[in-house]
Amino acid sequence: MIDANSKTLLEVHDLHATVGGIEILKGVNLTVRTGEIHAIMGLNGSGKSTFSKVLAGHPSYEITRGTVLFDGQDISALAPEERAQAGVFLAFQYPVEIPGVANNQFLRLAYNTVQGKRGKEELDPLEFDDFVREKMKLLKMSPDFLDRSVNEGFSGGEKKRNEILQMALLEPRLALLDETDSGLDIDALRIVANGVNQLANKDNALILVTHYQRLLDYIVPDYVHVMEAGRIIRTSGKELAQELETHGYDWIHASDRVAGAQS
Amino acid sequence: MSAVLQNLVNQPYKHGFVTDIEADIAPKGLNEDIIRLISSKKSEPEWLLAFRLEAYRKWLDMAEPAWQNVKYPKINFQDISYYSAPKPKKKLASMDEVDPELLRTFEKLGVPMHERAALAGVAVDVIFDSVSVATTYKEKLAEVGIIFCSISEAVQKYPELIRQYLGTVVPPGDNYYAALNSAVFTDGSFCFIPKGVKCPMDLSTYFRINTEESGQFERTLIIAEEGASVSYLEGCTAPRFDTNQLHAAVVELVALDDADIKYSTVQNWYAGDENGIGGIYNFVTKRGLAKGRNSRISWTQVETGSAITWKYPSCILRGENSVGEFYSVAVTNHHQQADTGTKMIHIGPNTRSTIVSKGISAGQSNSSYRGLVRIAPTARNARNYSQCDSMLIGSHCGAHTFPYIQVQNESAQVEHEASTSRIGEDQLFYFAQRGIGAEEAVSMIINGFCKEVFQQLPLEFAVEATKLLSFKLEGSVG
Repeated sequence: MIDANSKTLLEVHDLHATVGGIEILKGVNLTVRTGEIHAIMGLNGSGKSTFSKVLAGHPSYEITRGTVLFDGQDISALAPEERAQAGVFLAFQYPVEIPGVANNQFLRLAYNTVQGKRGKEELDPLEFDDFVREKMKLLKMSPDFLDRSVNEGFSGGEKKRNEILQMALLEPRLALLDETDSGLDIDALRIVANGVNQLANKDNALILVTHYQRLLDYIVPDYVHVMEAGRIIRTSGKELAQELETHGYDWIHASDRVAGAQS
Repeated sequence: MSAVLQNLVNQPYKHGFVTDIEADIAPKGLNEDIIRLISSKKSEPEWLLAFRLEAYRKWLDMAEPAWQNVKYPKINFQDISYYSAPKPKKKLASMDEVDPELLRTFEKLGVPMHERAALAGVAVDVIFDSVSVATTYKEKLAEVGIIFCSISEAVQKYPELIRQYLGTVVPPGDNYYAALNSAVFTDGSFCFIPKGVKCPMDLSTYFRINTEESGQFERTLIIAEEGASVSYLEGCTAPRFDTNQLHAAVVELVALDDADIKYSTVQNWYAGDENGIGGIYNFVTKRGLAKGRNSRISWTQVETGSAITWKYPSCILRGENSVGEFYSVAVTNHHQQADTGTKMIHIGPNTRSTIVSKGISAGQSNSSYRGLVRIAPTARNARNYSQCDSMLIGSHCGAHTFPYIQVQNESAQVEHEASTSRIGEDQLFYFAQRGIGAEEAVSMIINGFCKEVFQQLPLEFAVEATKLLSFKLEGSVG
């Protein structure tokens, strides 16, 4: 929600980034304040997933120009784990499988590492077990999931729920949800969206990266941005998503031409 | 990211130092006179000298094996000193009298053995440069009739047992290095668990190579009589040297009816520097004979050190319903080479064996699993399950699997599974995005990969092994 008492959480200015020497982001500008939910929409290849990876610090991507301020601090030189500890969270589109590492171990290490870095209390295995089980109820997850290897053999829906569970545990200040709706059936989508909505509050912010409108029926954004060829080319309220759904992405250019003709 | 991983793998060897203890060293070279010298230094009976000489003559006629997937310069066996013993200042009645220099060495290694022995309830038969200098808990073990002492002492005190069993599992002419060992072994451990006795504590030996260029030829013999059981731990470290050191040990296990022997090793010998200079050559013959009905031999090893590892702890499953197990983690880094695996020889009916091998390669290292599962015509309803998994860290290392399967009885069931995986940047990024740095991520992935093997280790060893692997691989993924 847009709140008069909010403060600026993320400020991206003229961000250019490359992967393998190819420029993908070509001057992204975006400001996100606490309490806000932003949606970034766009076709495949528009740069929206790259944008979330760059913010999270994926080592394959290089920032070549521009700045990323998180809570007033330039985070572009920070290691990905430092950004995570500072409160930047990325829910992955394709969470990797980590065979042999039990989910409860992984979650506890992540939780305690982040808590420790934030000067907060760490939990021993028994305390953590109670804590995580409580959070799992939010996402209607079965307890046996804790003993399974991280994401190994998980269905698409289970993987996405696991991402949101991690978000619930790590309490990020800025959560980037990369195509969280992809691969989800309607029931799973509702559960995941409901979980996300319960986590959103006036002190944090969400950026939903998505191709389709349907996620936005459940998580209602304050702003919708359209990304194309590595830049945000249109920003508007939530009604923009509905128009894109109805008319398709080409409609933007058609409406731009109309707008251009009128000016 | 890859730089972080490199750093993790490239941490210097912590245990590289030389203890300054006066050693009694034989002149370099090997001939019958040297063997007679060793035998007389140790006041051995005539039959043992004959055993040594027979082995030596066989060794002379044998060729150094060349089939293994490792490369090293030719060893000059005449350039090695075959005997060295620390000079004890006087007879030792307690640990307090042990050379303080020696105790400091153990402390540097993180093995405060007197404490360890007392606190952990582990009897430690300390082998230091081929001669035992301290044995603890012997009396407590003696109460239940267990013999746990150096093999030299056993030769003096229990010659009939040694004579009955020595060389029955690994005969003097078994292979090139076993023959060499049989000719020149200087010390090692002897363990005898009498009928019906469950050993009340884990038995443990810490090995350490000290004097430069003195080859180590340990000989271990463990016998579990009917219904007896024992868990034996072997842990190794070595100081840093630039010249390669040869280690050719022989371990023989004998399990009679319903007996159970579990032998666990954590090996962390000097592996050479990051350019592959120096390091131990570890050419070991380990074999257990499951002689009796329902007997069980179980090998667990965590191999992290040595420049070259050539080692195949094996089981001969002769008794009906006998069981053989092999659980292994082999880690190689830099220029280390490991060719390791097992042999499961099924002879008796209803014999079962399990092989779980985990190879982890980093740097420019090469790791091979080599295993033989043989089902003899007599082994009705024999079963084997083998699993060989390899993990690669970085793109300059190699992992190889050479499974040999020979089945001569149609009722046999033999299964073999293998997999290869790599720690990838995406996995590390996933951990990083959850606040976890590369070192901890690698440690967690590796421990997960090795879980099935670590579960087999006695508790304090499992902790040690987990730390050791993290230490060995810190900073090596990219």
